[in-house]
Amino acid sequence: MDTTLQTAFDEMQLPAGAVREIYSAYADWLRDVPHQQLESKRQEAELLFRRVGITFNVYGETAGAERLIPFDVIPRLLAAKEWKVLSDGAIQRVRALNMFLNDIYHNKDIIKAGIVPASILANSQYRPEMHGVDVPNGIYAHIAGVDIVRTSESQFYVLEDNLRTPSGVSYMLEDRKMMMRLFPELFRRYSIAPVEHYPQVLLNNLRAVAQPGVQEPTVVLLTPGAYNSAYFEHAFIAQQMGIELVEGQDLFVRNNAVYMRTTEGPKRVDVIYRRIDDDFLDPLSFRADSMLGVPGLLTVYRNGGVTLANAVGTGVADDKATYTYVPEMIRFYLGEEPILSNVPTYELSKEDDLKYVLDHLPELVVKEVQGSGGYGMLVGPSASKKEIEEFRLRILSNPANYIAQPTLALSTCPTLVEQGIAPRHVDLRPFVLSGKTVTLVPGALCRVALREGSLVVNSSQGGGTKDTWVLNDLGM
Amino acid sequence: MKVLSRTADHLYWMARYIERAENMARVLDVTYNMSLVPNAAQSEAALWQPAVEIAGNTELFEKNYGEYTAANVIQYMSMDDANPSSIYNSLRSARENARAVRVAMSSETWENINTLWLEFSQFIGIRLVESGLSVFCDWVKSRSHLFRGVSFGTMLRDDAFRFVRLGTFIERADNTARLLDVKYHLLLPEGEEVGGAVDYYEWSAVLHSVSAFQAYQKVFSDTIVPWRVAELLVLRGDMPRSLLACYDEITIILGQLSGRQNNECRRLAGELHAKLRYARMRDIFQDGLHEFLEDFIVSNNKLGGEIQRTYLNVHGG
Repeated sequence: MDTTLQTAFDEMQLPAGAVREIYSAYADWLRDVPHQQLESKRQEAELLFRRVGITFNVYGETAGAERLIPFDVIPRLLAAKEWKVLSDGAIQRVRALNMFLNDIYHNKDIIKAGIVPASILANSQYRPEMHGVDVPNGIYAHIAGVDIVRTSESQFYVLEDNLRTPSGVSYMLEDRKMMMRLFPELFRRYSIAPVEHYPQVLLNNLRAVAQPGVQEPTVVLLTPGAYNSAYFEHAFIAQQMGIELVEGQDLFVRNNAVYMRTTEGPKRVDVIYRRIDDDFLDPLSFRADSMLGVPGLLTVYRNGGVTLANAVGTGVADDKATYTYVPEMIRFYLGEEPILSNVPTYELSKEDDLKYVLDHLPELVVKEVQGSGGYGMLVGPSASKKEIEEFRLRILSNPANYIAQPTLALSTCPTLVEQGIAPRHVDLRPFVLSGKTVTLVPGALCRVALREGSLVVNSSQGGGTKDTWVLNDLGM
Repeated sequence: MKVLSRTADHLYWMARYIERAENMARVLDVTYNMSLVPNAAQSEAALWQPAVEIAGNTELFEKNYGEYTAANVIQYMSMDDANPSSIYNSLRSARENARAVRVAMSSETWENINTLWLEFSQFIGIRLVESGLSVFCDWVKSRSHLFRGVSFGTMLRDDAFRFVRLGTFIERADNTARLLDVKYHLLLPEGEEVGGAVDYYEWSAVLHSVSAFQAYQKVFSDTIVPWRVAELLVLRGDMPRSLLACYDEITIILGQLSGRQNNECRRLAGELHAKLRYARMRDIFQDGLHEFLEDFIVSNNKLGGEIQRTYLNVHGG
């Protein structure tokens, strides 16, 4: 067994065997439930998820293959006071990050102040096309998925701020619906903060960022289509908000405006919640081979004919090389001390950092600067010697492409596995919404690494999900 | 309320494919039941060939299978992925269309189609044995009934719903006309005596295939004769799978679609509707039922093409 499981902070059970207060009532309940009953609930959930079609496509597998993300029937519990810290901290970060984006696409004060190096403007995620473009309310990241991990009773770290097209919120909503169906008695017993209003909050925010002067804005969700891995989520959220789910081919540009093709003729579109990366948005401006986007969209966007959420060019702020500056951004723009910590990060473009990292590879996690989804990373403690040596060569061929962080002992939560209930590592992705105000609903996507000892929670790497309960009181 | 053209296209074809699967199942089921009635006059091939003709794909069948045996036709029409009209392909296309626009229908409708596909997946790769055929066909039919019931009972009466219904009736009109045409052709060879026992079984099979046997008894209270079967399936508006009933629905739906009024679709549908509404079976028989049905199938296809152009494949706004 991996040692991380023994030394990691368990959110239910303390090393001495005592149960943490927040879990006390739930632990009693869990002790009395036969394993078989939990297992049959798990199977029921799987059946329902399959019927509803909550599936995702795995890149590299047979086209059209649909898989379920494993769902764990044991929830993660957070106390209201713990949630407040996370929530305040995430909101603080996103406020600062939006101000940062507005700044580097306008005056660049933070660079002039010498806090962030000018080299950031050479980052491939920096979009010169956005320079001087004003976006409604100065908001760039309307939806942000802030990944947070825990290592002790009071220590939380932000791993990354996903500011492009973060996904996973449908699991927050569907997992909750499933839990209410499977365990209604627990919802009666506990006071669990509701999350179901997320789509309404999002819709209100999206309507609020239409260009000034637009009455009754039309909002649509732009998806790459049914074969995208997150298609279910796109369909689900569009349905929950009651907006059209469109593909690039459904939209066209005319007279500095975007229209969708309907059976009644063209219909003006004011706000596009796009789930397509910058590169694919507009074949005339970015990748010419993209079939997903809308020719001419960027020109209309830059002229203020339509709002995109998230804005073009947010990638420069959630880049792993920019990440290290977020605490300084919070101090610079907000004059506040960061509520949530950054993970100490080594930038391999710096000579000292590179030397340290190459000397300590077995202890570190090394990631590509622009990687996502758990691809292209090295988890030192669980990698073989051969894997480490191979990765060393990759780093040396392009050091600036990598950052490294100490391996964090991610907290564990009780999880239903084949042998029974066992601790498994978890992370948390709350979704911060910016529009009129900056808010989040009290819940999150909680990902769990189902493989024993694994620290990688990504669904593409065998991760599952759990419902997250923010408890207003400690239950009965 | 308007709907994206692409969405309307997927909804329309989703409904068409489900209707097609149902009709294929009906044809298979009835043909199989007919094969159980002792009939020295007809060979196995003569019995099963019409089933393939209805789907309009005899060439492909003969190339891949050769002989019209029960086992071959059953395999071809139910599970063969090389046959574009097989039940397998129809249900797969229905589900793919639905998946592409799951937001546009009620979640009950989507879940119904998704469950249909998950259940059907269990049949894939299994060669249907004759004894299992009726159960399979019943399953397809009841799934199609369920689809119509769920969509009718849960979907908002907007254009999305109307395109679902439009797909159902265009496809059904086509299928009923083909069924009648093929059967009529084969069942009435020149000079053959009408009214024998074989005739009774075969015409009653036609009625059964469109769930019209009981309706026939109720409406005519008479022995089964070909022209009345034709009248029931072509001209009776109260018979839900008849051509007139389909066009009663189609003209209403086209009238309800918002925008783009008075278009060619409405004119074509109105013309066909009037033909069905005011025709007399006596006259149709005089000019030939076969010719009448052939014309109808062509006109119905033409309307399908016009719907496609007007509403579904809209380019350049």
